Amino acid sequence: MGVGQPVEAKTLGSGFVTTSLDKLVNWSRASSMWPLTFGLACCAIEMMATGAARFDLDRMGILFRASPRQADVIIIAGTVTKKMVPVIKTVYEQMPEPKYVIAMGACASSGGIFDTYSTVQGVDEFLPVDVYIPGCPPRPEGLLYGLMKLQDKIRAERNTFGAAIGVGDVIQNKA
Amino acid sequence: MAANTETMTINMGPQHPSTHGVLQLILELDGEIVVKATPHIGFLHRGIEKLSEHRTYHQTIPLTDRLDYLAPMSNNLGYVLAVEKLLGITDEIPERVQRIRVIMAELTRLKSHLVWLACHALDIGAMTVFLYCFRERECVTDIYEKVSGARMTSNYFRVGGLADDLPNGLEGDIRAFAESIPEHVEEYEGLLTGNKIWQKRTIGVGEISAEAAIDIGITGPALRASGVDWDLRRDNPYSGYEDYDFEVPVREGCDTFDRYKVRLDEMRQSARIILQALDKLKPGPTLADCPKIVLPPKQEVVSNIESLIHHFKIVTEGFKTEPGEIYQGIEAPKGELGFYLVADGSAYPFRMKIRPPSFVNLQGLPQMVEGKLLADVIAVIGTLDIVLGEIDR
Amino acid sequence: MSDQAIVKKLKAKFSSEILDVVEFRGETTVTVKKEQIVDICTLMRDDLGFNLLCDLCGVDYMGRSPRFMVVYNLYNITTKKRIRIKAPVEEKNASIDTVSTVWGTANWHERECWDLMGIKFNNHPDLRRILMPADWEGHPLRKDYPVQGPDREPYQGRLS
Repeated sequence: MGVGQPVEAKTLGSGFVTTSLDKLVNWSRASSMWPLTFGLACCAIEMMATGAARFDLDRMGILFRASPRQADVIIIAGTVTKKMVPVIKTVYEQMPEPKYVIAMGACASSGGIFDTYSTVQGVDEFLPVDVYIPGCPPRPEGLLYGLMKLQDKIRAERNTFGAAIGVGDVIQNKA
Repeated sequence: MAANTETMTINMGPQHPSTHGVLQLILELDGEIVVKATPHIGFLHRGIEKLSEHRTYHQTIPLTDRLDYLAPMSNNLGYVLAVEKLLGITDEIPERVQRIRVIMAELTRLKSHLVWLACHALDIGAMTVFLYCFRERECVTDIYEKVSGARMTSNYFRVGGLADDLPNGLEGDIRAFAESIPEHVEEYEGLLTGNKIWQKRTIGVGEISAEAAIDIGITGPALRASGVDWDLRRDNPYSGYEDYDFEVPVREGCDTFDRYKVRLDEMRQSARIILQALDKLKPGPTLADCPKIVLPPKQEVVSNIESLIHHFKIVTEGFKTEPGEIYQGIEAPKGELGFYLVADGSAYPFRMKIRPPSFVNLQGLPQMVEGKLLADVIAVIGTLDIVLGEIDR
Repeated sequence: MSDQAIVKKLKAKFSSEILDVVEFRGETTVTVKKEQIVDICTLMRDDLGFNLLCDLCGVDYMGRSPRFMVVYNLYNITTKKRIRIKAPVEEKNASIDTVSTVWGTANWHERECWDLMGIKFNNHPDLRRILMPADWEGHPLRKDYPVQGPDREPYQGRLS
């Protein structure tokens, strides 16, 4: 994408942008991913640490939203139990499209060390997961890397503008 | 004309930013007054107690990390002390191990109280405190990382000792951090204690009398803020806590503000204990001399056939215990953390019951909020300092 | 008051109820019959000062009769003493009287014990499942309940 920058002395007049509509849509989506404040277990504490001053998610345009209706990304941060499944489904359904799912940590990805009667063996049993982050819990750098991987994935999507105005579906490309 | 007296039921959680995890509250409201509050828990029940019956005593240690994930080393400590008591090797733990355990347990208390203050203040509307507290918490996670390799789930203590000695130069880091704590606590107090909004939101909120608190089983700072002078570190000392000179902060206000003050005073005392323990720290072994239970040092495993056999046997079979049952309680940051172990003579715990402080403290919530304003519910959840990981296990 | 003195006092009042007294690693465990558990607990609280019920749980000794044991870990905040009371509960009629009238804290502990171990507490004010979903079947902490749950093949270890 080329953005016309005003240069000293000479100007570009009112300025212009040449890009495809898909890229514009992807750029805006990837630069303002708003995750839902939704902590389940230990990983939620690392998610909070990532949001705090040292790692500072805000600089990447990532702001936590308390309502699923304002969120684009749901970070499943922690162990998902069978009792929790209906709640997560409800929360996920309340999120507007397009929506993305990050499985943060071993529990959300695969059940982790909790191979028991009450634990769901990975959130992908009922949600379409976009990014898996390993670790128990993952370090904040791990979460940041996962979020950047999701940005890559969003940037590689095609027909996002078309899908937004109701023409066809989003085509997933390999990031 | 008769007034309309119908009450309204609202749901709070499990997805709610200030329930500190996956707690669900069903609140019956009369206007803005809470008539009835019913906590629903179990959304994070992972079956740790059941799983421990299928793990050897050593393999259970990582599970305890994930109970109260704000204070992993306290859980480790409670568990290893329980197993050591069961084995009857409590007196054989080297002095250096005990000192390091105290240092790490008190750092853990600081870590847990920092997250508590961060979230509690954030819930009531003070954003800055959150950022300040997490800044200090990062120092503790760095220390954690240096001793154990993990920022949170440390798994550092072992039955009979420690996974490894402190790395070179870390004592200085810990000392510098402990010395800076009083100053930081002053900083938080400066932001909150005299703050009119903070006072209005906390003074007289969530009151519970000492008798009611004991009846409901509340322990730890929440009980001490109701005027009960009881701290397991002083009254039933473990891991050499009797060697240290510290005060147990007690206040009589029974409300959210006094619980806040008690915890802040505890942070100052923790820093004192850490500094004393560092002064008393002498070089020495970091594992007890019990070859049937404790893994031998790596150097000996590769050079000595007997050590190799012990290593092999402990790793593949675990160690066996005498049949019996014990209860070990420690003063975790949130209250009394107890491990009740029943052994049947095999290498696996026959039954491990964890007494989580948050589980019991949360029981006091309905009593503390009923008849009060809806906004006080948020303050009370914060002041109880609950962690769903240990409530649901 | 030493543990022996406590047991003596208990024996003086409930001599026919006490089944066994064991000391292990400096901890005293008194096993009593379940019928008069509420009276015994009231005595422990009022006359012997055990004002804090630290913990209440069930233990499943599958294959033994009686199969279950309900365990009460008590603490005296004044004298800083601990003692443990146990009451056997048979499998056929897995129930015992509630002590939530003696210590309010027993309420949730007993709900948890019912939920995970399947021991009923008579006269309990609100005996519902607490950790598992309300429609859950079975009691997971019983020894005959598989760790991975009844609907899943047990994990066999890594195949590679």
